[in-house]
Amino acid sequence: MSMQTVFLLIPLASLAGAVLAGLFGRWLGRAGAHTVTILGVAVSFVLSLLVAKAMFLDGMAPWNGPVYTWLVTEGIRFEVGFLIDNLTTLMMVVVTFVSLMVHIYTIGYMHDDPGYIRFFSYISLFTFSMLMLVMSNNFMQLFFGWEAVGLVSYLLIGFYYKRESAIYANMKAFLVNRVGDFGFVLGIGLVLAYAGSLDYAEVFAAAPSFADRSIEILPGEPWSVMTAIGILLFIGVMGKSAQVPLHVWLPDSMEGPTPISALIHAATMVTAGIFMVARMSPLYEYSETALAFIMVIGAITAFFMGLIGIVQNDIKRVIAYSTLSQLGYMTTALGASAYSVAIFHLMTHAFFKALLFLAAGSVIIAMHHEQDMRRMGGLKKYMPITYWTALVGSLALIGFPGFSGFFSKDSIIEAVHASTLPVSGFAWLMVLLGVFVTALYTFRMFFLVFHGEERMDEHTRSHLHESPWVVTLPLVLLAIPSVFAGLLIDPIVVGDFFRGVISVAPEHEAVRELAEEWHGVGAFVEHGLMGPAFWLAMAGLFTAWFVYMRRPALADACARRCNLVYRILVNKYGFDDFNQAVFANGAVMLGRFLWRAGDVFLIDRLLVNGAAAVTGWLAQVTRHLQTGYLYHYGFAMILGLIGLLGWYVIV
Amino acid sequence: MFADWPLLSLVIWTPIVGGVLVLLAGDRAPDGARRLALVVSLLTFLLSVPLWTEFDASTWRMQFEEFVPWVTTYNINYHLGVDGLSMPLILLTTFVTVLVVIAGWEVIQYRVAQYMAAFLIMEGIMVGVFAALDAMLFYIFFEAMLIPMYLVIGVWGGPRRVYASIKFFLYTFLGSVFMLVSLIWMYGQSGSFEILDLHKLPLGMTAQVLIFLSFLAAFAVKVPMWPVHTWLPDAHVEAPTGGSVILAAIMLKIGGYGFLRFSLPVTPDASAELTWLIVLMSLVAVVYIGFVALVQSDMKKLIAYSSIAHMGFVTLAFFIPFYILRNTGDTAGSTLAVQGGMVQMISHGFVSAALFLCVGVLYDRLHSREISTYGGVVNVMPVFAAFFVLFAMANTGLPGTSGFVGEFMVILASIKANFWIAFLAATTLIIGAAYTLWLVKRVVFGEVRSEKVAALDDLNGREFLILGLLALMVLAIGLWPAPLIHVMEVSIDHLIEHAMVSKL
Repeated sequence: MSMQTVFLLIPLASLAGAVLAGLFGRWLGRAGAHTVTILGVAVSFVLSLLVAKAMFLDGMAPWNGPVYTWLVTEGIRFEVGFLIDNLTTLMMVVVTFVSLMVHIYTIGYMHDDPGYIRFFSYISLFTFSMLMLVMSNNFMQLFFGWEAVGLVSYLLIGFYYKRESAIYANMKAFLVNRVGDFGFVLGIGLVLAYAGSLDYAEVFAAAPSFADRSIEILPGEPWSVMTAIGILLFIGVMGKSAQVPLHVWLPDSMEGPTPISALIHAATMVTAGIFMVARMSPLYEYSETALAFIMVIGAITAFFMGLIGIVQNDIKRVIAYSTLSQLGYMTTALGASAYSVAIFHLMTHAFFKALLFLAAGSVIIAMHHEQDMRRMGGLKKYMPITYWTALVGSLALIGFPGFSGFFSKDSIIEAVHASTLPVSGFAWLMVLLGVFVTALYTFRMFFLVFHGEERMDEHTRSHLHESPWVVTLPLVLLAIPSVFAGLLIDPIVVGDFFRGVISVAPEHEAVRELAEEWHGVGAFVEHGLMGPAFWLAMAGLFTAWFVYMRRPALADACARRCNLVYRILVNKYGFDDFNQAVFANGAVMLGRFLWRAGDVFLIDRLLVNGAAAVTGWLAQVTRHLQTGYLYHYGFAMILGLIGLLGWYVIV
Repeated sequence: MFADWPLLSLVIWTPIVGGVLVLLAGDRAPDGARRLALVVSLLTFLLSVPLWTEFDASTWRMQFEEFVPWVTTYNINYHLGVDGLSMPLILLTTFVTVLVVIAGWEVIQYRVAQYMAAFLIMEGIMVGVFAALDAMLFYIFFEAMLIPMYLVIGVWGGPRRVYASIKFFLYTFLGSVFMLVSLIWMYGQSGSFEILDLHKLPLGMTAQVLIFLSFLAAFAVKVPMWPVHTWLPDAHVEAPTGGSVILAAIMLKIGGYGFLRFSLPVTPDASAELTWLIVLMSLVAVVYIGFVALVQSDMKKLIAYSSIAHMGFVTLAFFIPFYILRNTGDTAGSTLAVQGGMVQMISHGFVSAALFLCVGVLYDRLHSREISTYGGVVNVMPVFAAFFVLFAMANTGLPGTSGFVGEFMVILASIKANFWIAFLAATTLIIGAAYTLWLVKRVVFGEVRSEKVAALDDLNGREFLILGLLALMVLAIGLWPAPLIHVMEVSIDHLIEHAMVSKL
């Protein structure tokens, strides 16, 4: 089997599973549907591993080539094709691994759901779309994957289509993402206009030729083309990777079943934006303005979204806000030109965040679909596997030394610190304070769920038990990389894993400093123990323990004392209310006005029916001329004759 | 084997003669009328297939030409022929007509034979419009088309059918009268009604502007462009499902086709001069009409407004090349734009047909077009819901569906002309998604709204067949538009080359 066939089979295996389950699910049955989809994704995963072995270990050269030509016009080829290099391969392995875990987990989680088959079909379709996105070698296919994952996300958030909140959330998610895609498509348009191609390799090769050109978007204010492209493409990222202010859809997306919160809204789809910017590093390196913009947005998201996580009571929403905050971390790293660090954090985050979501799902099953942490507590003794794996996930999330998140998060903080962009000081402060916030909300959740008083009702308590093996197995399998994936820092960040894939301008070499100070994993951990980040994390952990374990009344007292701050956080800074009032209601009001004033009144009543009325009126008037009396006509003829003769005489 | 067949005449006259036969057979045996209509429409479709398979995509010259002198005194000829612009539209016509005949199978119980006959005759006339190479012949087909559609709305329409049909007739008729005057004036100048001769006819600027405006009156009403669009929502609302499908899928395209066949090549300087007007009207259609669509409470009206917005992309695409030439000094990007407009027309033919058929499916069951009647349809009609969501996504321009291809190409091209034109055009990504998905949310998703909705039956075999065929087309064009682009490319290149050269 040639390597090209393998590349092609990787997405197609997942697609085949999705199509079989989607169209023929009725005949396959539940077991049949989950077998074909799991088989499909398993094939994708194994083949991805095969590619990874060839790429990472056997030193296979990157592959870039077309699959088929979508269309050709004016000599521009729009193609569907693959670019398989280290970045792609890493993403393929992460996506198919997490997807496979989620597939298995779903057997247990969705066991009693009438939409079982539909669900499997959707998540396999998602895997296909995501693979098409990361394997693409051009902007057109990237946009296809970009929107296709959005479609599946739409379908899955609205999976419980009877629930009003779910079908509101999925529409909101799609529309907010469309706002991002609006910028994205314009960015692609500028790329085509200046580079004359949509193929990555050709665009990157052409980049130096238009790096100095400027475009007047506002008359009299020339912008560097690269800045315009960079910011427009990043607007797409703000939608897909939920950066402020387009983040509003992600918390609501928790309306979807938990397995997809893990797969789509934590581990893979939302990181597509991070992947995209890393992929476009040869373009972004030309614009410090765009990089600074990215860094500021990322830093704001990282800190302020984390804060909201502290006041949430729904277990899934805490993790959702945590995801927002972590995506902010990755984005900040991108702004610091530390693309490899961002991708590294993307990978470790995919493991430990998927783990946390799935652990939360396990808790939710045990609690009979109760998601309010105020009615949990003390679950440790009932669910040991879930407890220990959740602990691993939490420690990785707060960046506890030795766990995967420690390596990636510390690298981000170091890289931002080393960045020379003018906004890097602010960003550094945000990501550093964010560490305290992260530890606080993470262990608040952890203590409220697993420790302390058992606050559930008696009926629920009596039924509490550990989840079945299809649920706990993925937890354990995800816990392993959540601990150990950090060791990959050596090749990925400080090594030359991304040589030839990610390009960094000499003046942006924040990561270089990291590499120069690199003295092995042990030294890095040791160094971390001295750093402020570690102590901030410990402070957060301790605060969580003190407030929620030792003095449970303290939290409420705090909320009362700082009522204003609390209210601001609970209202999520008012983004939702603002959007609803201004954009949603505003659009409807504008539409109603245009319709009534424009179409109905001005055009139809005044012009169209008005013209008809004028015609009728004219007919009425002229009718009086035709009286039928002979002497009227005779008189008119004489008048006319006099007039004509008079005119003749005068002229 | 088709080399010496008069294919175009066959595709025009088979349905017209077949329609007359159906009419003569009458309503005594409605089943017979249905079957005969189906056979005729299938035969017509089969006859049109060689137009695609035998088409030579390497030349812009007219193919399958037929020439018979007709009114020799005025040099009017029965002259037919197709190029890459008209051929795909003819296939769209013959394909959609088959679906319309099947769609009316059980639904139409009143005057079946006349209903089927009206659609068959209309099919022949519409093919005639696309195939005519003689301006007078074009004009006759162009006007004749109104009669069967007027009857379809007036006889099988809803409660306000009289208002709607008269509005439709007067609006469109008024527009085309000016075109007739222009054609006769140009005949006076050139002594010919040959469209290709008119392309070469040298004209001064004043004459060009007047002719351009007269064509605009005819085609803008047909498309319809803002602000002469208000006949369309009324016509759609009152028309039976089949009428809406033909109206949206094909008749609107005749306006777009007219711009390419007449306005651009006959009056290139006036087109360049007045591009701002067309671009303005198109962008208003995309943005303004998008917001208007958002607040409609009638499903058909909503889709009608959505059609206007989508057609705004088409007219935008056809005139963008003049801006590209002015701003960049060369024509790179022009072919992309016009192809995008053409693909958008074909795609909209399938997507709007499918959406109107979906509304028809619901209307046949509950006899209501109000969005508020429905809700939670997915609970009882899952297969229907799947189709509806697919076509809705195509309507929002989701990649992988045909709706994406045209929009993407037009946005990419218009950014070369001006960033803000592309900006306003791209707002359709948001507004289009907003009105379409809100419709889906209120109709398809949610709890079952009423007992009536609870009693709905899912698609029957006939409906499944129609929507399935349309779904295949929508996905095929979305996943592999290359063949469609290929047949149009040389003709469009030639058109742009011609339209970019001044006649002054």
